[in-house]
Amino acid sequence: MNVPLPSRADFAAIAGWVRPGTRILDLGCGDGTLLNYLVAHRKASGYGVEINPGDVLTCIQRGINVIQGDIERGLSDFTDGSFDYVILSQTLQAVKNSEYVVKEMLRVGRQGIVTFPNFGYWYNRLQVMFGRMPVSHNLPYNWYDTPNIHLCTIADFEKFCANHNVRILERIVIRNGSTVSLLPNLFGSLAVYRFERG
Amino acid sequence: MSATKTSDIGVVVPQRARFTQPLVLRCGTTLADYELVYETYGTLNAAKSNAILVCHALSGSHHVAGHYADGLKNIGWWNNAVGPGRPLDTDRFFIVGVNNLGGCHGSTGPATINPATGKPWGADFPLVAVIDWVHAQARLADYLGIDAWAAVVGGSLGGMQALRWTITYPERIRHALVIAAAPRLTAQNIAFNDVARQAILTDPDFHGGHYYERGTVPRRGLRLARMLGHITYLSDDAMAAKFGRELREGELRFHFDIEFEIESYLRYQGDKFADSFDANTYLLMTKALDYFDPARECDGDLSATMARAHAEFLVISFTTDWRFSPARSREIVKALLDNHLDVSYAEITSAHGHDSFLMEDAHYHAILRSYLEKIAL
Repeated sequence: MNVPLPSRADFAAIAGWVRPGTRILDLGCGDGTLLNYLVAHRKASGYGVEINPGDVLTCIQRGINVIQGDIERGLSDFTDGSFDYVILSQTLQAVKNSEYVVKEMLRVGRQGIVTFPNFGYWYNRLQVMFGRMPVSHNLPYNWYDTPNIHLCTIADFEKFCANHNVRILERIVIRNGSTVSLLPNLFGSLAVYRFERG
Repeated sequence: MSATKTSDIGVVVPQRARFTQPLVLRCGTTLADYELVYETYGTLNAAKSNAILVCHALSGSHHVAGHYADGLKNIGWWNNAVGPGRPLDTDRFFIVGVNNLGGCHGSTGPATINPATGKPWGADFPLVAVIDWVHAQARLADYLGIDAWAAVVGGSLGGMQALRWTITYPERIRHALVIAAAPRLTAQNIAFNDVARQAILTDPDFHGGHYYERGTVPRRGLRLARMLGHITYLSDDAMAAKFGRELREGELRFHFDIEFEIESYLRYQGDKFADSFDANTYLLMTKALDYFDPARECDGDLSATMARAHAEFLVISFTTDWRFSPARSREIVKALLDNHLDVSYAEITSAHGHDSFLMEDAHYHAILRSYLEKIAL
């Protein structure tokens, strides 16, 4: 199968972390791009969960296992510890109960992987300083049509993990497709984390 | 995506197969021999790897698609989904429809002559279960030279047969499409079925099921049973949208004849059904629904039951289906997930209640088509 490397920067980071032959649950899997890649190139198995009917159809067209459902309602169809990785890519900031979703991720999976737009990115800070809600590549919405209701910064997320007994195993911070190591909360626009129960 | 041009399959001809190897039924009775009426569409490939079995629901039959040469209006019950270029594409697949045992469309059933008495079986026809149908379908597969189905597809009671196939003949089914089904009926569902049965059983023309010899038909009972069933197959919203409180004559007439349009519709549906279906078969089919509960074999643990399955699954439900609700389909999905089986689940937004599985809906058909296109032959 000729499946190209996913173009999204966070997908490449995730693909680099996932060990071959593992079981994956991809929450909010969209059109299945990432899962398709992990199945083809990491011999991964598993399921995507997606609420959008058009995306569910695309996953089925790609031959990807997809379960239509709402991750906000919990993952009660999935038993404890049944996946190696539970992935939530660029969705954490859009769920109503982020705390509950992270807890559920670590119930059904041994490790969790999340990616989110870093609200602390300097360009976002600059726009807020000038009195406007930020609009950027990773935050492409206006305040009135955004699905993002729980935006956070890299510092916020790491404090959240410390307070919720979540141990961060690895972090990659990205801007324009390149890794950022200097002052990541200021210069990184997208954060990718791998974590487990502390 | 393949070509989107679709067409009717055209004229089809039912066929008949006789089986002389006795079949021990779930209820303990043995059928010494029996006949199954079936139809096929498309061509079985050389590897015999492109066969799909379509299982019918309560009132269906082997006549899944196309029409008969002498009956242009006698169109198959799933004609909108089966044919050249349709979701169940007869250009690619060899599709088999079969009338189940106990049916009233030609297969051995209550109206067949019981060789032991020389009279129609009537109410003495053994109570058949879904597993009996699946065993009979497996014999039909043998007869047609099909080792394993590429897929078994069914909605409602048909979906239960597809599910049963994956448990009873795991090596003989590669994909199961389980649509608008449930792993077992709820008490409410059994209750509806029992009211339907009581309507038939208490009809004075029923004669304990031996009405063929009396020259009567328990029409009133069958009609009532169908009217009740029909209410439960539609959604409240669909009924409201289609009929509302529309009055046939525009004003109240204060009598018991038809006043509201919904009454007219239901009576018409009841009459039509009573003219074409057999009351004994209706009783048997509703019992098969009630009995279906494969998890019983594992003390009610559906996940343990599904551990026997190897097939890949597509499970589909419809948002307004309250007789076989999405929650019931998700019970099936959970059991499959617990066994790490390949499964996709789609919950289709539809206004038509349980009957949605028979409707031509673009998204629903796209899901079916896309899944089936991915099946390797």
